[in-house]
Amino acid sequence: MKYLEFKIAVLERTGLDERAFRESGSEIYIAANLENFHGICLLLHSILSSPVMLYFAEDNVKTSGVYTLRCGFLGKKIQRWVFVVVDIPKDNLNFPAISKDIVSAQLFEREIKEMFGLIPAGSPDVRRLRLHDEVWPDGYFPLRKEFVKPEKTNNTGKYYVFDRIEGEGVFEVPVGPVHAGIIGPGHFRFSVAGEPIINLELRLGFAHRGAEKLFEGKSAKEAQIFSECISGDAAFAHSLAFSLAVEQAAGIDVKENVKINRAIGLELERIYNHINDIGGMAIDVAFSYSSTLASIVKENILRLNEKLSKHRYLKGSNGVGQCALIKDKESRVCLLEVLSGAKTDIDLLKNILFSSVSFMDRVDTTGTLHRKTAEDFGVTGLAGRASGLELDLRRVFPGIYEKTSFEIIRGDKGDVLSRLNVRFNELAVALRVITELSGQINFSGKEDSPEAIIISGTGLGAVEGWRGPIIYWVKIGKEGKIERCKIVDASFNNWQALSCCVHGNIIPDFPVCNKSFDFSYSGGDL
Amino acid sequence: MNNIINIANARIQKGIVTENLDLIGSKLKTEIQKKFARSLFLREVDTGSCGACESEIISAINPVYDLQRFGVDFVASPRHADALLVTGPVSLNMSLALKRTYEAMPSPKFVITAGDCALDGGPFKGSYYIEGGVSKIIPVVFHIPGCPPKPIDLVLALLLAVKNLKRS
Repeated sequence: MKYLEFKIAVLERTGLDERAFRESGSEIYIAANLENFHGICLLLHSILSSPVMLYFAEDNVKTSGVYTLRCGFLGKKIQRWVFVVVDIPKDNLNFPAISKDIVSAQLFEREIKEMFGLIPAGSPDVRRLRLHDEVWPDGYFPLRKEFVKPEKTNNTGKYYVFDRIEGEGVFEVPVGPVHAGIIGPGHFRFSVAGEPIINLELRLGFAHRGAEKLFEGKSAKEAQIFSECISGDAAFAHSLAFSLAVEQAAGIDVKENVKINRAIGLELERIYNHINDIGGMAIDVAFSYSSTLASIVKENILRLNEKLSKHRYLKGSNGVGQCALIKDKESRVCLLEVLSGAKTDIDLLKNILFSSVSFMDRVDTTGTLHRKTAEDFGVTGLAGRASGLELDLRRVFPGIYEKTSFEIIRGDKGDVLSRLNVRFNELAVALRVITELSGQINFSGKEDSPEAIIISGTGLGAVEGWRGPIIYWVKIGKEGKIERCKIVDASFNNWQALSCCVHGNIIPDFPVCNKSFDFSYSGGDL
Repeated sequence: MNNIINIANARIQKGIVTENLDLIGSKLKTEIQKKFARSLFLREVDTGSCGACESEIISAINPVYDLQRFGVDFVASPRHADALLVTGPVSLNMSLALKRTYEAMPSPKFVITAGDCALDGGPFKGSYYIEGGVSKIIPVVFHIPGCPPKPIDLVLALLLAVKNLKRS
């Protein structure tokens, strides 16, 4: 479908005027009102066959007396982000919920309700998401501009109620928020009958630190550094998505070398994390030797990162309009040398794992996430691709990847083995892509990028991190300060995949199911 | 299998840039032997960190650093721990869990914090949803700075922390 065909289809089926469309780069904003908002969202959901990718509110009460709601879908074929925009007057905070029809909007509407106090009328679930009832009093909405912190938090006297599964022999196993391993905080409540898991309820939010609010009032430069602390193992991808958003808002062009360096950084991050998770899956079924080998490969990549960027997690290497990881021929030689060593080790690791019958027995058909479930919950990234979904932002918006042999990797069964295979294949692609791109860097031209001038505006930046899409929507005010920053890490919606995939599995297989996804606690909780 | 072990060995040797590690490590081992008679068991608690600190703590027990050979290990329960190693700025949602984890440890016990967030909130200072540092909730005897602290820094800091410990 071409963009024009899409536009005509939407105009015909909604009866909207063409002036309702505002286009800005790869973003389309369709102005709606409270009557037709719900209908337009459903229409876009179906003709773009896209889940809700990002959906957020913004407080414009001071300037125009309204809260502005933006619900965004991804048009893969038309290569556009399509938003439906609606204003909600400050004296009537209700808006028609779309989560009763689109499951992937559910968590977003809960977030909008707790952060802004807007009420999604007709939503099947309006519980708070991250501001736990036990510690946060009613009536305080942190992302409103006039928000003042409550004087007293903790011990509100309220409690969260878990779904109770009842029946003969059914028992509950509570796990967390402090886990047995060295890992982020979250609570898992299993309901079990004998061996198989009947229900798993996740309670997250334990890593909530109010990140979006902290962006407000920061300069682009300060916010850039801060974006690296949202999810530490995806620091580069977060920082890159943020800078793309600012560059889009301020209309800054980026040089070819910068684009190449950014793709290299993104793929390096993918490599060390995929290898880490492959090792994690091995250790979770007590295959410690292979996990040890994986940890050595990871360490080597982290040391390479440090050589290239002075930081093991690539922090500080990306900026608005700038990124220089491979600065000279020596660093390119070093890069290629380490990666060729890594490739040998990864091949060896794959060999060990795939020739172990007991390992394969544990991962094959374990933790199956069905394609339909993944589609409904808006599962994206690696988790979605392993279940057969075809979504990779590197394919939708290829950019510099057009000059490489990049290919999208998918699985079909959606089990732990599928995700393991996708990781191994993505590792191969990442190694190839980096090698190809590093040959295209131009070292001769000493083209110093001037310090970018930040002007006011809005922009969206999205990258395919190793877990999946990381999306930033940024609004910059007159003094170059951030007024609103919406972050969607792939983990936000993807966590729900975990509770669906474990049904019928045994609790001892839960760790390997969890590790096969390895979602981010901090990225989801913000 | 031997072949595989050789390859792994070669990788470890090659990657080493930290000659100091063995020196610091052996001092740490002696110090732990002196103060704990055998080994030091840590329980790690994440109170809302970005995950980079966890990644580096896990790196410290990979075969390159192999923290366990110096007499330090990470255990799955606070009941088995001599000390807590805490990261993160303490999200309000985590303050009760942190307190209870501390209370669940048998005495004598102590707490070390790792990463800039755990000291005073770090980059999250001023947020509406953090306590702003682990020491607001439980007593802390030693802090390891860094964002995140590198594995070699963790080893060195553990040495200093154990050295500083006084009998109470």
